Amino acid sequence: MAFFVARRLLYLIPVLIAVSLLTFSIASLLPGDLAYTILGDQATPENVAALRADMGLDQPIWWRYLSWLGNVLQGDFGRSFRTGQTVLQAVVERLPVSLELMLLAQLGALSIGVPLAIVCAARSGGPFDRFMTGSAFAMLSVPTFLSAILLIYFFAVELRWLPATGYVPFAEDPAANLRFMVLPALTLALAEWPGIMRVLRSDMIATLQEDYIALAKAKGLTPARILFVHALKPSSLTLVTITGINIGRLIGGAVIVEVIFALPGIGRLLIGAIGTRDLIILQGVVLLVGAGFVIMNFIVDLLYAVLDPRIRHGHA
Amino acid sequence: MTGNALLSVEDVSVELPTPRGNLRAVDHVDLTVGAGQTLGIVGESGCGKTMLSRAILQLLPKKAKLTGRVMFDGQNLLQLSPEKLRKLRGRSLAVVFQDPMTSLNPVLTIGTQLIETLKEHLELDEATAVKRSIELLAAVGIPAPEQRLAQYPHQLSGGMRQRVAIAIALSCEPKLLIADEPTTALDVTIQAQILDLLAREQRRRHMAMIIITHDLGVVAGRTDEVAVMYAGRVVERAPTPALFKKMRMPYTEALLAALPRLDAAPHTPLPAISGRPPDPTRPLKGCSFSPRCRYAVARCHTEKPALAQADSLEHQFACFHPIEVHAGAGA
Repeated sequence: MAFFVARRLLYLIPVLIAVSLLTFSIASLLPGDLAYTILGDQATPENVAALRADMGLDQPIWWRYLSWLGNVLQGDFGRSFRTGQTVLQAVVERLPVSLELMLLAQLGALSIGVPLAIVCAARSGGPFDRFMTGSAFAMLSVPTFLSAILLIYFFAVELRWLPATGYVPFAEDPAANLRFMVLPALTLALAEWPGIMRVLRSDMIATLQEDYIALAKAKGLTPARILFVHALKPSSLTLVTITGINIGRLIGGAVIVEVIFALPGIGRLLIGAIGTRDLIILQGVVLLVGAGFVIMNFIVDLLYAVLDPRIRHGHA
Repeated sequence: MTGNALLSVEDVSVELPTPRGNLRAVDHVDLTVGAGQTLGIVGESGCGKTMLSRAILQLLPKKAKLTGRVMFDGQNLLQLSPEKLRKLRGRSLAVVFQDPMTSLNPVLTIGTQLIETLKEHLELDEATAVKRSIELLAAVGIPAPEQRLAQYPHQLSGGMRQRVAIAIALSCEPKLLIADEPTTALDVTIQAQILDLLAREQRRRHMAMIIITHDLGVVAGRTDEVAVMYAGRVVERAPTPALFKKMRMPYTEALLAALPRLDAAPHTPLPAISGRPPDPTRPLKGCSFSPRCRYAVARCHTEKPALAQADSLEHQFACFHPIEVHAGAGA
């Protein structure tokens, strides 16, 4: 197991280098000169040249990449030229919001999708299964901005149960924080449960055809034990993969949902940085989010090994 | 037939819907197994022997249609509630499947898979169940049984896995064990070991057993009675010694002739049965074996022979022109 972890960790290095390279080139290849952006319309050529020299923009691109990478490796991701805040400060400030949203959304999506998938698989082809498969397909086609607006309309405007927008930190007032989080998390969960349900349902239907399920029945085990102990675990590899991808994606914030519900998360930080052409923030945040995504996938790989002993022992 | 039969399969048919029409996998089969007896069911692939075993276990695919009666220990299995059936399965009716590579759950340890059955049916506590599991693994000839409990199926060889599957089947001292081609997926060197193990445990536990196989050699020394199946029907049925002394059905003879013999000269071609079994979605009017039978006459193609007793009460066969000569000794 230790060897397995070490090998996977080694794979991370080239992936992270590729992520940093891509991030850097995207920011560098954007049209327009950063020095002009910072100094504005009134800048003299001398000022621009001085700033370019100061920021190292007159150096060749590979040199700029290496020095940026060198700084990053020392924990210095740069600093916003607008607010003066460092990238790390900005991210640390916003990350709890996005992480909480992501966590609640995943919990919601899994607690809707997994039980439905199990019930549908156990009675596959039946009326409930057909109805749920159809509903999941319909839900999959509803964009988040639409479900967000509908949820706000029903729960905030009509019923007045929950606030429509805003945010209170969890440490300040946990109850109020959760009230603000319910609708955005539900919006994301509604978008994600159909995928979870469809994937788990079809894997589970395949598993239920296996010989070892027939043997489990022949052993006289209860239907619940057959479904939850014998069938769920071998069916959940794809489920873990898509949940991992969802989590990784949401580390970068749910841009649309954060904007609609006015949550100060990573997504809004990115949108803001793009709007103000704050390339240092953009570049640093994208790199951090990319690294988070890669690490999330690494955790998914580890979970495979936890779920399937054959992977753990290097048989598959 | 006998009043004290443990299992009696009465007029059982299984139909499976296919895009080309209904497939009659099992066609009006009657069989009985007495307590402690061994029945061998023999036939080539696709003759319905596995479907018959699944019908007895009530493990048919959802769409299959089962008619007839399966009486086990005085109860009709077809009429039992799912809960009563569940209490019976694994407890008094156990099974060993063909392929131990797929019949054990790959993500659960050997220990979990053994202990769960013990706990479910015998209401043992954890410590007793673990102790029983170790004894069971030792009984089926698995070395270092304590360590095996924490291992997963892929860490064991095929033969070892089949031993584990047998240990699971034996765990609650069943009255009847159905072994569905228990050695087909194993190396030849392991096959005899597994069959001997099954025979030994059967004697020790005074358990009834059904061995399903395509190999007449497997049933020869190890069964009390043999039923030969062809195209979903039982075509010959006799006590094992009587069958091997005097086979009457040409299909049985052809099956035996198709076995490779150790005393045959090198490069002797095997007398394979020419042709293929009939399409089960289009039943033949006459005897299903008639297209491949070298004794067939006009009547065989138009009329279906019934399974009837001829020489003795026990020996039944479905043929208009049974073989009169003594067949070669196969046992």
